[in-house]
Amino acid sequence: MSAAHPAHHGRSIELQSISKSWDQTKALDSVNISIPAGSFTALLGPSGCGKSTLLRIIAGLETATEGTVRIGDEDVTRRPPDKRDLSMVFQSYALFPHLDVAENIIFGLKTRKEPKKQRTEKLLAVAELMGLEKLLDRKPGALSGGQQQRVALARAVIAERSICLMDEPLSNLDAKLRHEMRVELRALQQKLGFTMVYVTHDQAEAITMADQVVLLNAGQVEQVDAPRALYDAPRSTFAARFIGTPPMSLFEASALGDMGRQLSRDAGTELLLGLRPEAVTPNEKGHLKATIAAAEFQGADTMLDCLVGDEMITVRASGRSHFAAGSPVSLSFAPEELALFDKASGARLIKSQKLVEALRS
Amino acid sequence: MRRDWIYALLLLLPAMVLLMGFTHIPAIETVISSFFSTPHGRRPAHFVGIDNYLYLLEDDVFIRSCWNNLIYAAITIPASIIIALVMALFVHSRMAGLSFLRMAYFTPTVLPMIAVGNIWLFFFTPSFGLIDQIRALFDLPAQNWMGDPDTVLYTVLVVAVWKNAGFFMIFYLAALQTIPEPLREAAKLEGAGRWTFFRRVTLPLIMPTTLFILVNAIINSVRLIDHIFIMTLGGPNNASRLLLYHIYETAFEYWDTASASAMTVVILFVLSLLAIGQFFWLDRKVHYK
Ligand SMILES: Nc1ncnc2c1ncn2[C@@H]1O[C@H](COP(=O)(O)OP(=O)(O)O)[C@@H](O)[C@H]1O
Ligand SMILES: [Mg+2]
Repeated sequence: MSAAHPAHHGRSIELQSISKSWDQTKALDSVNISIPAGSFTALLGPSGCGKSTLLRIIAGLETATEGTVRIGDEDVTRRPPDKRDLSMVFQSYALFPHLDVAENIIFGLKTRKEPKKQRTEKLLAVAELMGLEKLLDRKPGALSGGQQQRVALARAVIAERSICLMDEPLSNLDAKLRHEMRVELRALQQKLGFTMVYVTHDQAEAITMADQVVLLNAGQVEQVDAPRALYDAPRSTFAARFIGTPPMSLFEASALGDMGRQLSRDAGTELLLGLRPEAVTPNEKGHLKATIAAAEFQGADTMLDCLVGDEMITVRASGRSHFAAGSPVSLSFAPEELALFDKASGARLIKSQKLVEALRS
Repeated sequence: MRRDWIYALLLLLPAMVLLMGFTHIPAIETVISSFFSTPHGRRPAHFVGIDNYLYLLEDDVFIRSCWNNLIYAAITIPASIIIALVMALFVHSRMAGLSFLRMAYFTPTVLPMIAVGNIWLFFFTPSFGLIDQIRALFDLPAQNWMGDPDTVLYTVLVVAVWKNAGFFMIFYLAALQTIPEPLREAAKLEGAGRWTFFRRVTLPLIMPTTLFILVNAIINSVRLIDHIFIMTLGGPNNASRLLLYHIYETAFEYWDTASASAMTVVILFVLSLLAIGQFFWLDRKVHYK
């Protein structure tokens, strides 16, 4: 990176009991999140859960009905967007169609009346960083989706703001380009060191890129964790169902027969059990008798949808194996992989070591 | 192949007949008759070269009409465009009760020009008119706006602006609604205020509409004269006589078709020059999506 563009340091963001409601809808309900300086945080959740609203509240484009937004050590709740030291990449890119790439990138510098020489220096550095040197005099209409995306990124990073907000920035790209951009975005964020808040409804995106994933559900925070922890230890059935392709299979305890009923009795409540597809293996000695409902060959893996009683369990088998739909199969799983959820509340239950031992035997 | 051509021609025929019959042929005939004298009873038209045009240069009323029309255009065009834009910006900002305002602004457009003339006739009537009644509240004397050669042109001009602005506003409103909201937000994040955004984003993006409106405004400044029949009949002392009104009178009151044809050709010529200028000069500066 050239001298004109030194790595800058991110600032932390603190959201304290943020609520937002419109006339009838309550988009956010008392959200508390703390985003460490320089981290890559993904706001993840299904469509309509309030991710964009939350991002726009951080940006200052929307004001929270209640709660406080702190950036660094400052309370910025009532501050206008341009005074918050942040930049934003919109889902539609929001490039100015009548301005060429160069003018789009330096729009903000020009608005803030930075001297021309400085503008040009920064522009060249950013254009090189984003590989846009040859496109500077093109209009956005003459660019591909990926190139427009880069211009939007360049516009976001040129001002060296300490925070960058992105709202589903890759959703308009095709699958291959999306993968490339994921890697590139992550590298860019680490190189420049700003704090990234990244909105997505695609759990794979969140898991692969983020340091910290904030899982939102209907305007409430469901779980905040590092990707690995979120995957390994979903704290609710919602998180279990949302993370992973395919997600964790959830089934009634009774599917495990007497053992399942025993578990429920020990827990003192109705249980839902969870198993990741890779935690289950087809095994002649397996205790779990199932019927293969569907087998989907994916190359490296073959995904099996297995019926155990009335419950469906997804199994990740080797792509080399041969299973036919309709044939019977025996399944086994490691007891420590079994997740227990309270059926009524969806909350994760801790399973005791004793229980693991009991399952093992 | 040949059959296709026949079909194509047959399909085009109705439109072509109408277009030729009512536009192209009369236009060409006008050009031709501008080089001939006016036929009278037993004396048929004969070729006079450019004499008709030379007479125009000596015709004080024609010159006066040209000046009037120039002033009329120089004020109505920018005034109606600017007022239209201001109204559109105002209506576009989403405020309660604005659908009513939108309709109110648009009303002049749906009224026929004759009705508009009548409404304003009432506004301007000395002593009883709306304007004088308001002036009376402030103890100002009655004023005969339409009877004074110094002010009459402005009375017909105000009516044209009133009529045009509402119409143009609709186009601006449509153009403003195509500007995506994220552009405004992106600019806001960069610290661009409303004025900066208007100047650097809105204005360039609605340029195609402005060009379209400009063409219409220029044409209207020549074409829209119905209210003169109701309000002033070109008087007093030709002070509100506009070109087209003058042509109408010359042609259909005095039956001096030669002179009227020559004047028509002059207008056509000027308007074509303007149109060509717009397309070659302005078009290049306008960003189309
Ligand atoms: N301007 C608005 N007016 C009314 N309701 C809104 C507005 N913006 C968002 N909402 C509502 O708030 C909820 C969350 O929306 P949003 O934050 O856009 O969801 P997401 O980005 O997670 O898909 C939705 O139910 C949506 O309908
Ligand atoms: Mg959204």
